[in-house]
Amino acid sequence: MKMDRRAFLSLGVGVAAGTTLSPLPWKLMDDISIWTQNWSWTPVPDDGECTYINSVCRLCSGACGITVRKIGNRVVKIEGQNGHPINDGGICLLGLSSPQILYGQERVQRPLKRDGKRGEGKWIPISWENAIQEVFSKLQQLRSQDMPNRLACITGTDQGTVPRLFERFLTVFGSPNYIRMPSIVDSYELTLNLMQGGPSSVGFDFESADYILSFGSGIIDGWTSPVRMFKLNSQWKDKNIKCVQIESRLSNSAAKASQWIPIQPGTEAELAMGIAHVMVKENWYHPDFVQNQSNGFAEWRTKLMANVNLEHIATITGVHQDVIIQVAKEFANASTPIAICGQGRGLIPGNMREFVAVHTLNALKGNINQKGGVGALAELDYIDWPEVMMDAIATKGMAIERIDHANTDHYPYARYLMSRLPKVLLNQKEPMLEMLFVLRSNPYYSLPGTAIIKEAWEKIPFIVSFSSVMDETALYSDLILPEPFYLETYEDIPTPTGYLYPMIGLMRPVIQPLYDTKPAADVLIQLAQKFEGTVAKAFSWSNYQTCLEKTLKDKWDTMIKKGYFLDTSLSQVWKKEFTTLSGKFEFKNMELKELEKETTPELEGSKEQYPLLLIPYDSLRIASTSVANPPFVTKTIEDNVLKQNDVLLEINPITAKSLGVKEHDLVEITTPHGRAIVRIHLFEGIMPGLIAMARGLGHETGGDYLYGKGVNVNSLLGSIESPFSGFEMAYATRANLRHV
Amino acid sequence: MKESSVHENAKKYGMVINLDKCTGCGSCMVACMSENNIPFKADETNKLDSITWMRVYRLTNKEPFPKTEMCYLPRPCMHCGGKGDHGHSPCVSVCPATATDYDHKTGIVSQIYTRCFGCRYCMAACPYRARYFNWWDPVWPKEMESMLNPNVSPRMRGVVEKCSFCFHRYQLAMEKAYLEERRELEEHEYQTACTQACPSGAIVFGDLNNPSHKVHELKKHPNAFRLLERLQTNPKVYYISSREWVRRSGDNYLIGENKTSTK
Repeated sequence: MKMDRRAFLSLGVGVAAGTTLSPLPWKLMDDISIWTQNWSWTPVPDDGECTYINSVCRLCSGACGITVRKIGNRVVKIEGQNGHPINDGGICLLGLSSPQILYGQERVQRPLKRDGKRGEGKWIPISWENAIQEVFSKLQQLRSQDMPNRLACITGTDQGTVPRLFERFLTVFGSPNYIRMPSIVDSYELTLNLMQGGPSSVGFDFESADYILSFGSGIIDGWTSPVRMFKLNSQWKDKNIKCVQIESRLSNSAAKASQWIPIQPGTEAELAMGIAHVMVKENWYHPDFVQNQSNGFAEWRTKLMANVNLEHIATITGVHQDVIIQVAKEFANASTPIAICGQGRGLIPGNMREFVAVHTLNALKGNINQKGGVGALAELDYIDWPEVMMDAIATKGMAIERIDHANTDHYPYARYLMSRLPKVLLNQKEPMLEMLFVLRSNPYYSLPGTAIIKEAWEKIPFIVSFSSVMDETALYSDLILPEPFYLETYEDIPTPTGYLYPMIGLMRPVIQPLYDTKPAADVLIQLAQKFEGTVAKAFSWSNYQTCLEKTLKDKWDTMIKKGYFLDTSLSQVWKKEFTTLSGKFEFKNMELKELEKETTPELEGSKEQYPLLLIPYDSLRIASTSVANPPFVTKTIEDNVLKQNDVLLEINPITAKSLGVKEHDLVEITTPHGRAIVRIHLFEGIMPGLIAMARGLGHETGGDYLYGKGVNVNSLLGSIESPFSGFEMAYATRANLRHV
Repeated sequence: MKESSVHENAKKYGMVINLDKCTGCGSCMVACMSENNIPFKADETNKLDSITWMRVYRLTNKEPFPKTEMCYLPRPCMHCGGKGDHGHSPCVSVCPATATDYDHKTGIVSQIYTRCFGCRYCMAACPYRARYFNWWDPVWPKEMESMLNPNVSPRMRGVVEKCSFCFHRYQLAMEKAYLEERRELEEHEYQTACTQACPSGAIVFGDLNNPSHKVHELKKHPNAFRLLERLQTNPKVYYISSREWVRRSGDNYLIGENKTSTK
């Protein structure tokens, strides 16, 4: 056959047309996409039986019920537990990310002993037996030298059996230095103590309240029990309940409130007094409560009327007089209004004048210990272990002043003053601490004034961390005795902060412990039993689980079935009577008079050198308590908060213009306490003259997904000590910006 | 035509998101990531390549302090029905590989990873930026592979992915229903992961065609709107906001254009 040009072309066209019309190209295209996707490295998750186990989340003090979905023996997902009294099916993003912590690279997989300098991250594995023996011999040395008080212990909360076991251990060992991490739990405890009589914790019946006045509380930014607050926020919207947010920055809570009232930072107490002034002047208070159930009202009123000038308050707070009157009127007209405070998430105890002034508003409406009000919650008294027997060493040790001076003549009102510890250590003339236990808290990272804390840490010769993940405090410790993660063990979870009923949740193992971990309470029991005499006697349980079961007694079975124990009879749990000296609600007793010496201390640095004011803010998308962000949570951070490794600093466009900085400019921020390189983000919602930075970034741990992202705002803040209570009240710091 | 008339009687799953209740907390995003095996990288701050089937946007009214207002807007895939609800979604219309298709029984726009060869036409066509391309192979730290959900296959480099309205949950619910000799699902039997997790109850999911489902009434709310409605993509995600500037930011308007046209 002769192949001429024409035939060749015809054939070519024929082949092309034929192929196109045949299924071949489509089949090939499909096959190629399949072939090129069968990579051995793309994981294929194992299938298995799907089961659900209920437990309680312990990543914050919210105590949400969770339902853990398992496939075979793997924890695949955390869901909110339907019908749970706190969160009824809802869940926050941190709780959802629990499996990433459980299976995360930051888990401490076995006891580790430091090798190399602190913070270097060099560890040698050590057996449990040797680790416990090492702690024991150091403890024994302290006792033999008759200085048991040189042991201190820091825990996140002091409620529940495990923190209470630590407290018990310190007591019987002879150290008064059991310390709880600071938060608004401190300030609310003290407020109730002063005004209503203690001891009690605060409960808010937001479910039945009809007006919410928030002095900067991050209602939807993680305040108290976050998911409960989310649910309430939606309920208020459904019921058309007004929620007023007083805050200098348009936070999420401010944006979602019915009304946002911007205020100069640190002047919340004054505004509350202003509102009280209007209510009293106009006779807009609850006469029955004030006359019959309170004490010192007349004296308080006289002083208020004489000292408070609305015009002056309007000037210092930046809130117009008309707005103050409007809020006072609305608050007075509501039948069950609740006023709350505690900035953002409530990590800083804050100004006691503010807490007392805000709680006074509740009292003026008589909305105390009643439906829709604020109440003092009696502790659920389920921990009734036998009194410890004290030997001579312990008695002597316990008689020595606490290292943080809480509950002493200097600071008679505070129970714990963690924020004072660094200062005390830096000023010590002779060693005051030999050994520190840290449980479920990350003080090295999360207290304002990082530089001072770092320096103070050097003064503690031996630090034991019980952390199940490598956080900063663990990184800078000498020995890590890792606890199982919360999904791997039993424990009781105390009433979430601010909840109106006493409650115990049961956290239970949903999976066998993955690593060579040991419950911290078991370590404690084993340590105690190595001692002879009273210390061992105080810990006569064979292990922690037995202790827990015996403590919960008849509640154990209910809790195994239901997952929690709840006492919902308000009349029983809310203290009807006030336990103050007068037996009434106190507007002005001796202690409250003392409070007058509480002033907001002048911020460090001069206005000329530091013309701006830096405020930290909380975001639910950045964990800032004892837990750091898992990868999923970090992924949700917006690019106007974090861009690559730079944290963005919020600044009002007007301020930015006057400083000559533009969006995304790289600047150096300087404060009297530290400096850092940050990026500018222009945000209309922040008061001119202020700059704001998110809390919870700038970690030294967290691997590829967290390490080195952003700046720890605590390194720029300084500790501000309340003159009255000794509490931390760091709400802002002066700052300056400079182009780099 | 025949198919679309079937659609009238069939399910039309959709969402109504109350923006007044949405707090921007991000639970929906993480619930989605956890449920759907969405990968994560060391740096996720470049939002163009950060895979988030559900993404929460922050809107502001751009007014100066203190008149500034802020609102969050969660954006899953809109599962567009296309003009006249015939199933001609912007993405489905352009996919050369039939890797994405419109299911007339449920109104869900599918994405079949093994068919996708990564041309990204669909991404260009989607006006909502709901689609994401896998520029890299997903990598889970070894232990974290344990938390992968077997109901959703992990994707690989070179394919596009997007929100499926947790279609695997629909399949599981249907299987269960068939076993129990039912053909219809109760409202609660099929819910997306984001809806289930939302602590504010801002997201409501259900069959828009079914009068007994909550979304049926909610979508008729006087403040309900959809995104870029004027493109006639016919999205199945409705939003409710009491603030006019939020409703208006759901579409593009000429300067001075009648404000009432937000509906």
